[in-house]
Amino acid sequence: MVGIVIVSHSRLLAEGTAELARAMGVGKAVVEAAGGALDGGLGTSLDLVERAVAAADGGDGVLLLADLGSSVLTAKFVLEEHEGEAVLADAPLVEGAVAAASAAAAGADLAAVRAAAESAHDLRKH
Amino acid sequence: MSGLTTADAFTAGAFTAAEAAAWIRRAAELVSADADRLTRLDAAIGDGDHGLNLDRGFAAAVEALPGGVPPGRVLIAAGRAIVSKTGGASGPLYGTALRRAGKALGDTEEASAAQLGEALTAAVTGIRELGGAQPGDKTMLDALTPAAEAFAASAEQGVPAAARAALEAAEQGAEATVPLVARKGRASYLGERSAGHLDPGAASSVLLLRALADVTATSLSAPGPTET
Repeated sequence: MVGIVIVSHSRLLAEGTAELARAMGVGKAVVEAAGGALDGGLGTSLDLVERAVAAADGGDGVLLLADLGSSVLTAKFVLEEHEGEAVLADAPLVEGAVAAASAAAAGADLAAVRAAAESAHDLRKH
Repeated sequence: MSGLTTADAFTAGAFTAAEAAAWIRRAAELVSADADRLTRLDAAIGDGDHGLNLDRGFAAAVEALPGGVPPGRVLIAAGRAIVSKTGGASGPLYGTALRRAGKALGDTEEASAAQLGEALTAAVTGIRELGGAQPGDKTMLDALTPAAEAFAASAEQGVPAAARAALEAAEQGAEATVPLVARKGRASYLGERSAGHLDPGAASSVLLLRALADVTATSLSAPGPTET
């Protein structure tokens, strides 16, 4: 199954998004949180992102979702060393994570899980 | 204080592991000395942590400097430490720059000025690809892009002269960010109100080029190994 990593400046935001995505992934999706700096404060931690990618990697690839700024840049920095096996979704964090988890739990491959996350752009609220 | 051994001693004319390490050390000194200024610049148009973040990142890079590896590996290790400890967006940007530069140098033990110029160009390309900014967006690229071009254009004159030309181009490029409206990063949220301020990323980039000019001027212009 494709694994999912949530990268956020906030530990709470990453864990909350992962919790929601796991629930919407019918309890089967592997969703790892990489939130906040190493000391638990706001920020992005290279080490936490790398650990989360390793933990989420079940052999079928890993999809990353990031909130903004340094989270996006740190995710991309990590991905340069994982070309092909892990990719960053261009998607809104919460909607994208839920869509990705649902697709991953249904057995979709990495490209399809990424497409599911990115289709979350179309979920209008008006 | 210096971790250099005689085996690492500077080789006249080429950019070696000793100089790569000296570059990072000097950059850490300059960033530390200017940390308050960088943070003040960032407070005007960003989130006010650039100096503090980079000071921490470069201090970590100095701690992480490996011995017994070629200059490219020195830069890659420093870049990784900077991403790990910087915390802000400048961490992955400078980390990518150093990793791309290091990869461009490959396993060469003594890089020529032309090779170092290619490495700097690769570093700038890496920053552009990672952050998606273009020259004129009021970012570090406004200092680094002309700097890499100036270095490559002056490479025939050797590393010290090319590094000096790169520094001058970086200073001019950074100064030219003052009237610009930011189109990337947190400063872009300010729109027109970002004009009238020096970009903090461009300012820190000048320090990195100054560090390169400083270390190559003292080592590569000298006739033999430098005693420290």
